[in-house]
Amino acid sequence: MATILFDGVAYGMLLFVLACGLAVTLGLMNFVNLAHGAFAMAGGYATVLLMDRGGVPFLACLPAAFLVAAVLGLVLERTLYRHMYRRSHLDQVLFSIGLVFMAVSGTTWAMGASQQTIKLPAWLTGRVDMLGMHVGIYRAFIVILCGLLAVGLQLGLTHTRFGSRLRAAVDDARVARGLGIPVGTVFAVTFAVGSGLAGLGGALGSEILGLDPNFPLRFMIYFLIVVAVGGTSGVVGPFIASLLLGIADVAGKYYIPAIGAFIVYLVMIAVLVLRPHGLFGRPR
Amino acid sequence: MWVGQALARRARWRWAEIVFWLAAFAALFLPAGRHLILNEIAILALFALSLDLILGYAGIISLGHAAFLGLGAYAAGLLAKHVTDDPTVGLALATVAAASLGFATSFLVLRGSDLTRLMVTLGVAMLLGELANALPDLTGGADGLQGVTMGPLLGLFEFDLYGRVAYAYSLTTLFVLMLVARAVVYSPFGLSLMAIRRNRLRASALGVPVHKRLIAVYTLAAAFAGAAGALLAQTTAFVSLDFFEFHRSADVLLVLIIGGAGWLYGGILGAVLYEALQDALAAVTPEYWQFWIGLFLVAFVMLGRERLTGGMRGLLARFGR
Repeated sequence: MATILFDGVAYGMLLFVLACGLAVTLGLMNFVNLAHGAFAMAGGYATVLLMDRGGVPFLACLPAAFLVAAVLGLVLERTLYRHMYRRSHLDQVLFSIGLVFMAVSGTTWAMGASQQTIKLPAWLTGRVDMLGMHVGIYRAFIVILCGLLAVGLQLGLTHTRFGSRLRAAVDDARVARGLGIPVGTVFAVTFAVGSGLAGLGGALGSEILGLDPNFPLRFMIYFLIVVAVGGTSGVVGPFIASLLLGIADVAGKYYIPAIGAFIVYLVMIAVLVLRPHGLFGRPR
Repeated sequence: MWVGQALARRARWRWAEIVFWLAAFAALFLPAGRHLILNEIAILALFALSLDLILGYAGIISLGHAAFLGLGAYAAGLLAKHVTDDPTVGLALATVAAASLGFATSFLVLRGSDLTRLMVTLGVAMLLGELANALPDLTGGADGLQGVTMGPLLGLFEFDLYGRVAYAYSLTTLFVLMLVARAVVYSPFGLSLMAIRRNRLRASALGVPVHKRLIAVYTLAAAFAGAAGALLAQTTAFVSLDFFEFHRSADVLLVLIIGGAGWLYGGILGAVLYEALQDALAAVTPEYWQFWIGLFLVAFVMLGRERLTGGMRGLLARFGR
């Protein structure tokens, strides 16, 4: 019981790191980016390549995965995405679906369609008994790392100069520009950090979530649920939504394997019926 | 009075339309060999027409329109396998089944913002896919529903190997449903849908019952998609989990967008262009055509899809006046 709860929390934390970039771009900036999972996949494949071909240790791969995805995000933001901010949601949907298709078949072409595995270092494998729970060491590692990231993000958004600039730029880009805030740069940096975090999540998650070229499609619904259920007013909502989703998914698949896969969708529908704008959302 | 006249003028049959349908039916008498692909185009066009009703006219973006296609296909396939092999009964059942699902899920789609709609539509399609996968005894699971055999159409015409009867069947269904769609969008009901798309708040201030209208059109669109699914299942004699997949929903979006959303022939034009595009791409890179589809989508949106399809539509309108 407690073990499942713990696994669910680890899974949820992972989802949060994967989706928090989207919580900002889609939730705060109201930009529909269905290609978010592609950045996570980029981070995952960067890790696989670095470890397999470069022999780089796992821990050093994590910042590298962040950087690869962040640079990719920055380049795409500057060249393509920034033209899309003011477009209709339909345009944004089509554009990002196009990117997903390109990412999926480009990755298949470059890396093959099979599932990739990474070999965790020995000190991260195995389980220990703690407080009466069987705790996987790697999952504990994920919980600690992602928990720190979540706290850092929340503080960054609410207590730093950059965070307040971002919130100002999101609330009213014109006024923010008038006050001398470099809105374009703020958005670009935000996008890059969000993509980078997705890349980090992809690197951390390839062990638990699996990594293959269909990754962006498989997890698209999870990302959308995290953002829509969490509401669009910050990162606390998406964080709690991620935990809820992670626990529901793991517990559902464990206790009722026959219908386990539906639990996620049922949670989604239940939340939506009760709170149409998400758990912590406000109508806009 | 004035509204009635304006609507009557909009609803008038244009020359280009009449010529198009005559040509489409005349294609039945082409020498054998092209009808299978024509059948595919007709079904895809019907599927896109159904999406057009909610996207082009009511402004609802759906990432899971394949849910209704798949449900219709399974309904028709299962009926043919277990009860009766009469195609028209299957078509009717699939339409009703998909319409019921559309009605039931429309209440979820009405809620929240564009974001929640994207999530719900995608979620419903994936939920049905999981369901079909979890019931292998009924649906055949990952192997697909096999052993679907169809009886003769109307008890007279056997489905032939070259797809001539299949094309006639699909085209007639498309034509009849196009008549329904025409009647719907050129009615005060259709006008109120367009008002809702442009400005939902203002439409409701004018006294349009927004929720009821959206529920009605979502149900209707679902019924159309279910019919498309039934045609697909019956004319190919196969249904698989692939029918619920995301790429189906994305493809039909693409089809509608390249043909132009918001006018009735967008789906048909899009289906023709899409098949041609797919044919050309498959000849060059059969394995990675999805990459080129993606690139096409990105380029299409970046260049301004409204400018592109608007230009094409203007040309057609001038031509067909």
